[in-house]
Amino acid sequence: MIERTSDKKITRDTVRYVADLARISLGEEETDIFREHLEQILKYVEQLEEVDTENVIPTTHVLSSMKNIFREDIPAPSISPEEALSNAPDKADGFFKVPRVIKER
Amino acid sequence: MRAGKVLFKMAKYDTVIGLETHLQLSTETKIFCGCGNVFGDPPNSRVCPVCLGHPGSLPVLNRKAFEYAIKVALALGCGVQRTVKFDRKNYYYPDLPKNYQISQYDMPIAYDGKIKITLPGGVHKVIGITRAHLEEDAGKLLHDIPGPSSYVDLNRTGTPLLEIVSEPDISSPEEAYLYLVELKRLIRYLGVSDCNMEEGSLRCDANISLKPAGAAVLGSKVEIKNLNSFKAVREALNFEVARQTEALDEGEAIPQETRLWHEEQRVTISMRTKEEAQDYRYFPDPDLVPFEVSSGVIESVRETLPELPASKQERFLGQYGLGEKDIELLISDIDLADFFEKTVKIFSDPQVVCNWVKGEVMMHLKEQGESIESLGLSPQTLAEIIQMASSGRISGLSAKSVLKEVIGTGRSAEDIVRERSLEQVSDKGELEGIVDSVIADNQKSVNDFRSGKEAAIGFLVGQVMKKTSGKANPKVAGEMLRKRII
Amino acid sequence: MKNKFSTIDSCKHWAAEAGPGYPEAVSRWLDHVRDTDTDIKAFAFIDTEKVKERASLNVGAGRGERLRGVPIGIKNNICVRGALTTCCSEMLREFRPVYDAHVVERLEREGALIVEGLNMDEFAFGSSCETSSFGYTRNPWDISRIPGGSSGGAAAAVASGSIPASLGSDTGGSIRQPAAMCGVVGLKPTYGRVSRYGLIAFASSLDQIGPITRNVSDSALMLEIISGYDKRDSTSVDLEVGKFTENLDRDIKGLRMGVPEEYFTGGISPGVRSRVEEAISVMEGLGAEVTRVSLPHTRYAVSCYYVVGPAEASSNLARFDGAHYGYRSGKPGDTTDMYFNSRDEGFGDESKRRVLLGTYSLSSGYYGKYYLKAQKVRTRITEDFLAAFEKCDCLVTPTTPTTAFGIGEKTRDPLEMYMSDVFTSPANLAGIPAISLPCGTAENDMPVGLQLMAAPFREDTLIKAAHAFERNTEHHKRYPLSGKDPGGQDVEG
Repeated sequence: MIERTSDKKITRDTVRYVADLARISLGEEETDIFREHLEQILKYVEQLEEVDTENVIPTTHVLSSMKNIFREDIPAPSISPEEALSNAPDKADGFFKVPRVIKER
Repeated sequence: MRAGKVLFKMAKYDTVIGLETHLQLSTETKIFCGCGNVFGDPPNSRVCPVCLGHPGSLPVLNRKAFEYAIKVALALGCGVQRTVKFDRKNYYYPDLPKNYQISQYDMPIAYDGKIKITLPGGVHKVIGITRAHLEEDAGKLLHDIPGPSSYVDLNRTGTPLLEIVSEPDISSPEEAYLYLVELKRLIRYLGVSDCNMEEGSLRCDANISLKPAGAAVLGSKVEIKNLNSFKAVREALNFEVARQTEALDEGEAIPQETRLWHEEQRVTISMRTKEEAQDYRYFPDPDLVPFEVSSGVIESVRETLPELPASKQERFLGQYGLGEKDIELLISDIDLADFFEKTVKIFSDPQVVCNWVKGEVMMHLKEQGESIESLGLSPQTLAEIIQMASSGRISGLSAKSVLKEVIGTGRSAEDIVRERSLEQVSDKGELEGIVDSVIADNQKSVNDFRSGKEAAIGFLVGQVMKKTSGKANPKVAGEMLRKRII
Repeated sequence: MKNKFSTIDSCKHWAAEAGPGYPEAVSRWLDHVRDTDTDIKAFAFIDTEKVKERASLNVGAGRGERLRGVPIGIKNNICVRGALTTCCSEMLREFRPVYDAHVVERLEREGALIVEGLNMDEFAFGSSCETSSFGYTRNPWDISRIPGGSSGGAAAAVASGSIPASLGSDTGGSIRQPAAMCGVVGLKPTYGRVSRYGLIAFASSLDQIGPITRNVSDSALMLEIISGYDKRDSTSVDLEVGKFTENLDRDIKGLRMGVPEEYFTGGISPGVRSRVEEAISVMEGLGAEVTRVSLPHTRYAVSCYYVVGPAEASSNLARFDGAHYGYRSGKPGDTTDMYFNSRDEGFGDESKRRVLLGTYSLSSGYYGKYYLKAQKVRTRITEDFLAAFEKCDCLVTPTTPTTAFGIGEKTRDPLEMYMSDVFTSPANLAGIPAISLPCGTAENDMPVGLQLMAAPFREDTLIKAAHAFERNTEHHKRYPLSGKDPGGQDVEG
């Protein structure tokens, strides 16, 4: 959870929290720059609050005709393990190889 | 609490348990792509751009998975959401190639259902179902290879999952166990999942908290993960009850956390506390459209519902005239019930078939610990063996041994009987000489029988059996002895 | 500079003269593209072998003929099997898709020669083509200026005559804005008209693939070829695709054209305003009934777009983590370290900025205030359009508030850059089709784009109106640098 600040400013901690969620490491200088940009953009975006959206249904799909799209449960060919791994930065014995996972989900 | 004499020992704390169960649905293909939904293939061979999460690929929902979910919803007495949508649950893990899971957040396909369990002593209890939602499974991560790396197999990625969340209505580890047994039975009746915990087609997480008996305020919730069998669920919950009771007795607070069941050490260990709780940033998946579930769709799915345990129980009672305990056993699993009914269609004495099923068949099932299908025993074969025994063609003992060999080798019962010369001698002409010689050699017993000792006949039959190396039909031999002695 | 070609037709003529030797023709095309692209760098790269290989496989019988031998440029975020599809990011520098995008299949079915590698802003995040990890593309009208973005390469390649047509993607204006700035025709179809299967997603609810061409008839042809239902994209609409080319050469007498006042205020430059007003007069002269309309929520479009777009992008780009494909950092550590380091090294600044912004607006406690609010405002913006289309058949506006700005001019201030999308992003938010076509030049003698927008699935109206304007004006015949119409013939540049 991000801390709530009364003056609607984006703090460095907020940037760090968000960067952590997004798995992007930021240096000190970058944190400052992004903090400033985020604050500037979010301040601008706050104009959305002027719009009366009471009882307005949010748009998820812009065309209301878009619904009930299924595929039938019929198998289609898979690709080969070689193809599946063709872009892998590292692989071994048919598996994707990644640095050891320490954190449990 | 009222002061006074305690009439019976009351538990100091109430246990509050809720279960989250993940079922892999047994569709032909994955939930959002056409890759086969199969278990046990070579790594990364059941994948395509969609389930690999390759950029530019897009999901399209499997109609069957959707229908299966509605089927479960109806069987659990749930309400079915009229507009179903999918959301993205964002988190990073290498078995989740998109780093978001397509799931359902605030509008699960099913809500407000129930499961009825039967407690020891025959008392029924209703456990509420909060919700059930569809989502995609993740891949598999192999940790057990030593070294600085982990290995990822994405075959399982995109397998359709139905997550069923119970209300915190479960009051003991035993009830949790019974809930799972009942849930599994129901799902297997519906035929929408194998419910095989070893292969991971049924997985379960448990939430447990303790509070002072009678208190209104709930205690801190502890989530237990990595439960690999129904027994593990019960054991882990028992462990937690003991651990938390001890802590509360000591005046310690229970932190809200997630704990892992350690299968070898048989303990739970802390994994993460609430402060580390994740921020999943759910939002509606723009790649999938909404799904409207009309009454027509619900009714057409309802028509595909099979006979459920309660109705089956009633029907068995009327149709077969069996005892309640027998019926309970027969309907405990859909395959067992079907097996029984198919056998009865060929050999039409329900009680005899039931005795065979609950005796010999169950014994072999327990030994092999698998499904009736894996025994390799067809209803035709069982009926054939029962027929041989009832007609006296082979002895009851031989019949059991033939059944064992059929299951072990898959050979035909007829061949086994022939090869092992198990047929009984029922021909009176063949037995005449032997019966006569037994009477002549055992005059004391003959006299005993004549003077009214009924048991003596048993001894004489035994002698006939001995002389025929067990091949004489004891029933025929007994009749001949009686006739001659009197 | 030799052998510039302009339209698809002129190019087919050229292809026929190149003879039946397909590989030979391909080599000539490639030489041509290299020659014309030296100063512009519309192509981030050209994988010569891959182009030849695909061309040699694409000569089978039973295919359509409408693009036979015609090279079509592909923005580098559209998957071409086996070919580098990088989104112009370090993250995907080595990435080769294992499948073809739907639009690539469609083009090849018509005999097109696929030339991928058109430069773009990294992951389509940008309005100037400056965030590409392959460096800038320059505007063929003035190489000190940006070509617009994010499909800057796709527009510049058509403007410079490197290629007769290209495919771009448009999330908030990424086809129309560079088309306007490079003086060519760019069309964003209705959301759902063209399958997104194989388009590396930026914002799934806004993205559409569309053509950039020299003229309106080629735009109609390209749209006709790439449109239509694809069962692999749940948001692809199963609607019969009309013959868009049949809407050419129609008159526009009585066509009701709305002029929304909100598109003529604020940061619009005097030159742009004049050109667009002149264009409206031309339309009126051709018999269109021009009326003033109002789209009151237009002023919230940029805000709305910069919440919805980055939010979806933050999730769409989560998959680029170094685990299964794409760039992986060489730094040591566990999986989590791999994520952080790979994403830090693999993404450029603008990508990081959008991902951070999007993550923020979806995060716990802020979803309602930003994402949900924006999706509600989006509904309001859409309602504005639908109300306007009750009264008129299409809307006419400028595509961009200004002509192309200088390279480096707006890179310091992200918000100022975002304002370039002010007139284009509303169509994406509402899912409606829009086209940008040249309507003259203004400040610094740079091209101005005229934008037409229509109701969902009324691309026919756009084409009819745009073609009527084009037929009656000379703007599309002006070319950068040479200033002459090569007409498919050899010209000196």
